[in-house]
Amino acid sequence: MLYSEKVMDHFTNPRNVGEIENADGVGTVGNAKCGDIMQMFIKVENDIITDVKFKTFGCGAAIATSSMATELVKGKSIDDALKLTNAAVVEALEGLPPVKVHCSVLAEEAIKAAISDYYKKKGIDKEIDIPCTCHDCACDDHHHHH
Amino acid sequence: MNLNAKRIYMDNAATTPVLPEVVEAMLPIFNEYWGNPSSLHQNGQVAKEILNEARAEVASLIGCDAKEIYFTSCGSESDNWAIKGAMLAAKKGRDEIVTTVFEHPAVLNTCKALEKQGYKVTYVPVDNKGIVKLDELKAAVTDKTAIVAVMFANNEIGTIQPIAEIADIAHEKGALMFTDAVQAVGAVDIDVKALGVDMLSFSGHKIGAPKGIGALYIRKGVYVKNLIDGGAQENSKRAGTENLPYIKGLACALASAKKNMSDNDRIRALRDRLIDGLLQIPYTVLNGDRERRLPGNVNVSFEFVEGESLLLWLDMMGISASTGSACSSTSLEPSHVLLSIGLPVEKAHGSIRFSLSHANTEEEVDRVIENMKNIVDKLRKMSPIYPQTND
Repeated sequence: MLYSEKVMDHFTNPRNVGEIENADGVGTVGNAKCGDIMQMFIKVENDIITDVKFKTFGCGAAIATSSMATELVKGKSIDDALKLTNAAVVEALEGLPPVKVHCSVLAEEAIKAAISDYYKKKGIDKEIDIPCTCHDCACDDHHHHH
Repeated sequence: MNLNAKRIYMDNAATTPVLPEVVEAMLPIFNEYWGNPSSLHQNGQVAKEILNEARAEVASLIGCDAKEIYFTSCGSESDNWAIKGAMLAAKKGRDEIVTTVFEHPAVLNTCKALEKQGYKVTYVPVDNKGIVKLDELKAAVTDKTAIVAVMFANNEIGTIQPIAEIADIAHEKGALMFTDAVQAVGAVDIDVKALGVDMLSFSGHKIGAPKGIGALYIRKGVYVKNLIDGGAQENSKRAGTENLPYIKGLACALASAKKNMSDNDRIRALRDRLIDGLLQIPYTVLNGDRERRLPGNVNVSFEFVEGESLLLWLDMMGISASTGSACSSTSLEPSHVLLSIGLPVEKAHGSIRFSLSHANTEEEVDRVIENMKNIVDKLRKMSPIYPQTND
């Protein structure tokens, strides 16, 4: 099997799928041309991510990493959520095939893009260091941070 | 895990199960007739007889002389040999290859390797139906062309190329005509003389023989350099002790495939039923010409969803198929075939190929359609690019 049991579990039974109406932050990363787009919605109360939902177009790893990333940030403070790394997502999923690691980077990127959007909406002037997935996809406009 | 139980296998373009009669035909060669056909003693001579019979059978099934059939290790070897052998043997001034953009990697990467050595290669485009553009091919073939290499039927979208016409174009300019017929031999009737090709490659494991056996038809009078030098096997053109059990297996599989061709109308009907059923799903397109395609090939793109996800779900539902999505490969590039027919990258990512055989049934087709509807629906509901509806 290509994927771990944990990945297959999150792929077949993804947690927190959907959208949040009037979300406090929305982040969309990826590109259909590259074969994966992740969209994250967060609800924030008193600096705590009280709810998070995602929608993903992509492979099994893209769906599983999105799902796992939502689990890892739900209930966390913004600062803790910003500490989420792709390595942590991979670890929580009990590993990913090397060619799929970029999906976990995309998941980290999506969370940060949603928080960045939350800052913007709140008028908070903070820079977030968003990683680059930089996989070998011949797309010019891979980075779409909304 | 019993993979034969209950699963629906629709990936026959990838490989096929070894037919029971093929296993049966090979067993005595492992158990009793294991001699080396080059040996002068009885063990060898019996083996040689089996080899000669198998060669004659294969030849008769594609309409050529036994001396024109050369056994190889696989389709890729046959492709490499035909093209590299022809270029190494080509007359001075003929250092060009004409092929198409959507060949199998065994041909494409052979051409690219030759390009690095200084040969010129023209990659002729195909139209949006997946048929090679004949006018552009005609313009590309000149008196500098040594060989024209065009696949008989595409491995992903199953479209059948006008090989006889292309052979005429090649021959008008004095070039050789080679066709990679790995997907076509055993699936449709092939007569190399009627086609007018100089070389034709095929493989055992696509037609019910084991992996590790292929063949190349080389028309009498055509000279290509050897790829594998050594002993005098295969008329001193392809060294290596003959893989007799598999050669016998290939002959047996080809004979069975030929018999099963009487079933092709039923397979076409299953294919069309599957195509019609899948096209009921919104935002779905069929890739490749609907008529000019292999009897068992279905290739569709489901917009807004990704192929590997579709495939994983199909697999869990007990259905084996394949995808041209980048995410299923190590390259992260979607299928060059789907891009060559002008399919946008986004849609190429959502493609699935079902390749049917005579073993498939109408019930299986209906189960696949039903499962596919549910899977596409499930994945689209979580796709951020799927157009929002009111539900």
